[in-house]
Amino acid sequence: MWKIFDKIRRTPLATEPLAVLPPAPAGTRGAPVLLPGGDGLPAAVRACPSGALGAGGGLDLGRCVMCGACAEAAPGAVAQSGRYALAVRDRAALLAAAGPEAVSGEIHAVLGRSLHIRHLDAGSCNACDWELTHLLNPVYDLQRFGVDFVASPRHADMLLVTGGVTRHLAEALHRTFDAAGEPKLVVAVGTCAVSGGLIGRTYAQRGGADTALPVDVYVPGCPPRPEAILQAILLAVGRAPHTAEVAM
Amino acid sequence: MQSLLEQFPGLAAPVSGPAPNETTYAVPADLLRPVAAWLAGEAGAALVLMVGVDERPIDGRFRIYCIFRAVDQLVILRTPVDGEFPSITPEVPAAHWYEREIQDMLGLHPVGHPQLRPLVLHGGWPRHLHPLRKDFDMADYPEPTGEPPLAFQGVEGGGVAEVPVGPIHAGIIEPGHFRFSTMGENVLRLEAQLFYTHRGLEKRAEGMGLEHGLYLAERICGACALSHAVAYAQAVERLTGAEVPERALYLRSIALEMERLYNHVGDVANLCAGAAFAFGNTQGMKLKEQLLRLNDRIWGHRFLRGVAALGGLRRDLDAAALADLLGTLGKVEHEWQEIIGGILSNGVFMDRVRKTGVLTGDVARALGVVGVAARASGVAVDLRRDLPYAAYGGLTLQVPVYEAGDVASRMQVRLVESFESIELIRQLADELPSGPVRLPELPPAPAYARSIGYVESPRGADMHFLMTGATGGEIYRYMVRSASYPNWAAVPYAVPGNLVADFPLINKSFELCYSCLDR
Repeated sequence: MWKIFDKIRRTPLATEPLAVLPPAPAGTRGAPVLLPGGDGLPAAVRACPSGALGAGGGLDLGRCVMCGACAEAAPGAVAQSGRYALAVRDRAALLAAAGPEAVSGEIHAVLGRSLHIRHLDAGSCNACDWELTHLLNPVYDLQRFGVDFVASPRHADMLLVTGGVTRHLAEALHRTFDAAGEPKLVVAVGTCAVSGGLIGRTYAQRGGADTALPVDVYVPGCPPRPEAILQAILLAVGRAPHTAEVAM
Repeated sequence: MQSLLEQFPGLAAPVSGPAPNETTYAVPADLLRPVAAWLAGEAGAALVLMVGVDERPIDGRFRIYCIFRAVDQLVILRTPVDGEFPSITPEVPAAHWYEREIQDMLGLHPVGHPQLRPLVLHGGWPRHLHPLRKDFDMADYPEPTGEPPLAFQGVEGGGVAEVPVGPIHAGIIEPGHFRFSTMGENVLRLEAQLFYTHRGLEKRAEGMGLEHGLYLAERICGACALSHAVAYAQAVERLTGAEVPERALYLRSIALEMERLYNHVGDVANLCAGAAFAFGNTQGMKLKEQLLRLNDRIWGHRFLRGVAALGGLRRDLDAAALADLLGTLGKVEHEWQEIIGGILSNGVFMDRVRKTGVLTGDVARALGVVGVAARASGVAVDLRRDLPYAAYGGLTLQVPVYEAGDVASRMQVRLVESFESIELIRQLADELPSGPVRLPELPPAPAYARSIGYVESPRGADMHFLMTGATGGEIYRYMVRSASYPNWAAVPYAVPGNLVADFPLINKSFELCYSCLDR
């Protein structure tokens, strides 16, 4: 027992201030950016495994798994950015023409009151689920903002859906949604929940979360970084103005 | 495997390849059961994969492939079948789930299977449809039938209560349904219904280009993303005869050990959560975050996606990245030792984990259990040593084996292996060869060719079966048997006799992926 007390005594505060969203490390893959010249675009379209880069050259961030294959195949047409704070309220805004929304203000000020979240795995690969778990680790410590994950949907103000909606989970998804009290918010976390992702529509998966539930906020990413999920939560709570100020 | 021909003189001479340790025997259906029984019995081989393929568009028949590992050799039995085939489960219990999956997905009936009921496709699926048949359209989303949900066998008698749990759990956990038959606090029987996150991944792969298949392999699972990517890349490389640059092989091993390390640290932390032991959980999760950030800084992804390429790696590590890696590992090692010292010194916690959730060696062997769970139950298997790949052939590997098969043993295996991963990374970094990390171009793959890729993931052996199509450049059939596949089937054997309240702890000590299994 002494070893435990001693270790706790010597452990400094691990929690990061997280006043604004920090930039991602150099070299990480966030949203791809179409370059004006478009040199070699057909090669980038062929390289895209998810269909996010359409044949017409349009980019749908909601289908992008941020694999970087496009930028690798055609560096003259697509550049890989590290931009990860991509949450939007309107699914159509993830089409490259519109810019993703950003939130401003200090996170703590936005999430001043309590928010209870129920996680719903609708058929995820568990990467998004793990990032939700990591939001509770001492470094992110989501609970300090008054946000917590709850066991029962009856206690939940918000449902965070990960994964495309599988055939086998559709009923559980509906029943959980129905069990949550009004008002309730639904956030689609990760490219699969936004659009069905790389798997798309199959005999076993319907597609994105909005094939089953009304979605308030979409955040693509494979998986979205914990900070991106936090941004999506902020956006959904709606106390944040939608003009930019993310340290990127 | 010369003696297989001596034992069964009717068999035709086998074919070797594509890898030097692979041998394929054409086995007629009526010989399948005796040959499989002999391999798993007298020859001491283990069934590591069983896959059905609809080859009717090629020559009018289905095929069943049974893949056995005999020490460092892979013995593949290729059996042509039409509507049914003899079940090998009565002789080789490890085949039980594969055969049920083949029945669901391909509609081939394993005659003589002792417990044939649906596995992958839940109640409400039209039973005459089989998604992995070539004439089934991937986008066909049939309406549910009136079929009732799958029944559980349960336990009858006075005082027995059934406790249903899931698929949505109380915490942030993947979905599965567990049905406990209990007497007071004691579990008499556990039945699990899984495959809730079945996405149709293998059907989705069919027709995909080999390059695109890699991105799909990376998304089988989050926590084992790199293991799956490398297993898939190896399958492609074996088919194409690609010689992966040596530096890439070393760096693959480094990255794979980083995956094992962050998983083992996180899994031990999670195990502490299963016993409400906050010290081990918060300290361990904090350390896991440091490891994820290390992944992010040097490989560009917290879960190591976008690291592997067909024919090598998509990224190299420069001197600064290597210095960051070794420097961070030094700090992590020290920190981890202190945390473990605290965990192991806690008598209350250790009382919870000892003699809890025992998986016996007999059950583990019969069901082909792999990885951490196997090594904690006295089964000394580790593909890094048994079928070396990447740079493991040149390394000396200690495989920790414990006999007790309890939660404590599974934790202990992870503790020993986490320090060994750090040592292996140091050794690999020290001997890292120079040169390129990726082939400029991948040689073409032959048409209708098959290969197997495998990696010892943090949870155990991932086996990938890959078959190319008519042009060689696309996937005809892809089957992913993750470590979670054989191990999930073993979990219900470790629970009876324990308290219901110990189930989360037992489950977390196996720490299996649902998505890896469900696909």
